[in-house]
Amino acid sequence: MRKIILEQSKRANVGHIGSCLCVVEILCALYERVLRIQSLGDPDRDRFILSKGHAALALYAALAQKGWLTSTDLDSFCSDGSLLGVHPECQAPGIDFSAGSLGHGMSIAAGAALAAILQHTVRRVFCLISDAECNEGSVWEAVMFSAHRRLHNLTVIVDLNGQQALGRTREVLDLPNIEKRWQAFGWRVTEVDGHSLDELSSSLNAPSRPGDAPHVVLARTIFGHGVSFMMEGRALTQSHLPDHPINWHYLPMSEEEFRLAMAELETAD
Amino acid sequence: MRKAFVKALCGLASADERIVLLTGDLGYMALEPFRELFPQRFFNVGVAEQNMIGVATGLAEAGFIPYAYSIATFASLRPFEFIRNGPVLHRLPVRIIGMGTGFTYGHAGPSHHAVEDIAALRTLPGLTVVIPADSGQAFTAIEQTRSLPGPVYYGLSKDDKAVVRGLDGRFTLGRIETVRDGADVAIVTMGSIGAEAVAAAEELDKLAIHATVAVVSSFNPDPTEDLAALLSGVKHVISVEAQSISGGLASLVALVIASRGLSCRLSPLAVRTSPDGRSGSESDCWRRNGLDRSAIVEQAISMLGRSSLFAGASR
Repeated sequence: MRKIILEQSKRANVGHIGSCLCVVEILCALYERVLRIQSLGDPDRDRFILSKGHAALALYAALAQKGWLTSTDLDSFCSDGSLLGVHPECQAPGIDFSAGSLGHGMSIAAGAALAAILQHTVRRVFCLISDAECNEGSVWEAVMFSAHRRLHNLTVIVDLNGQQALGRTREVLDLPNIEKRWQAFGWRVTEVDGHSLDELSSSLNAPSRPGDAPHVVLARTIFGHGVSFMMEGRALTQSHLPDHPINWHYLPMSEEEFRLAMAELETAD
Repeated sequence: MRKAFVKALCGLASADERIVLLTGDLGYMALEPFRELFPQRFFNVGVAEQNMIGVATGLAEAGFIPYAYSIATFASLRPFEFIRNGPVLHRLPVRIIGMGTGFTYGHAGPSHHAVEDIAALRTLPGLTVVIPADSGQAFTAIEQTRSLPGPVYYGLSKDDKAVVRGLDGRFTLGRIETVRDGADVAIVTMGSIGAEAVAAAEELDKLAIHATVAVVSSFNPDPTEDLAALLSGVKHVISVEAQSISGGLASLVALVIASRGLSCRLSPLAVRTSPDGRSGSESDCWRRNGLDRSAIVEQAISMLGRSSLFAGASR
């Protein structure tokens, strides 16, 4: 998946690479071990909403691994008229809901979870949000609603990468004691290593029963995970930029950066 | 229209189990009949309109037809982007009930004056916008639009008793309804202020000025062809709406005139100024914004080139 992310973002010359790399294991766990999807058209399939829509390329990579997107589809990423843009669109195969405006996905997820309960199905709903997305008041509207309605079939994953568009989350709008915040709102809280497939899949598959509280998985991740210079926030070929993870929120890769990043992934394999 | 809405919705819900009702903690003395008939399909989501629209989106994707209710400003402007990126982008049958479009909640002040809801929402081509002029038309409109595959916004007035004479409960999506005929001037109106337009036409009759009154009740689809046909036959048209002059009914009428090259002059009566903090009854708000029957009468006289009521009366 990481190679797909690097190759496609290089080909399309776009950024958001760090955001995509840090959710690879979360999406891999979801699509390989958690989501029950008999077929894309099955109304009773589990639903997934990538509310942090700017990591859509990572989602496309996961969908490609499942065979729901072809390599030709992937090669259309960010090309003119493509359904595969920087943010996910529901018209593309395998994508349940469009996203791109932070703070929107959780309330859709709450509605989808409520629908499953009303329809007496075992369908589950998963929603991935970012830590910075918790700045949005609408997230907390949905948090309160989901707890009040005991949406036991709803699991929200918070990607705690500590990074947002113009700085570190603790500098922009700090969220100390995030686990206590969710607990105070009536959620079941689990904290995991967001790069451990085993920790992720066991927490995401934790059983729930009607009447249980909704579940939030706080996934601690490292921005740009898998590529050392991105994790360190170094823009190798733009030496005027100070080291900061922010660089890999925005920058596309140079040829040299792409070569080094791919080489590191090859070595890791 | 609140009673007409709830009555229509209860009827639809009896026949269609997919219908659920969400409210942003509003609708006292209005929504109770639905809650009593369908307690499992009634959800007070609390004072959280963004979440209400998001939840409705998730429900609709799973096959439900959610009706989401709040006061018009809160149902439209607060969650505007959730409407745009939710039911509109996903093409889902969410129904949004904006109670009190225009100056229905006049005494409540500018926070409750919904004079931009229609103008803002009709910028979304995938959202049908329905603005009934009275309870009879509201009932028909809610029934007739029940099966639309995409989302609908209903801008309703609270008044259960006001009637637009000649409308007789007629509604056809994308069409206008002509409620009286006259050769001198056309008055095109929408929403509950339609009753004021009819009253103005009746006063103009006494001055021997004969006005056609046509009611526009839907956008997306816009009643473009009907308006073009109507305006092809008149020299003067007055648009009357409790809505912003930018984007509301006046904008559509002007577009039809300009794009069809019609030789028809438009006098738009609409809200032109920013709120000044004053509140008042609906009719007082109409009067202070130059939208009431006397303003319409004066405008007609002015357009027809007569200097005073007496000049008109002596015709």
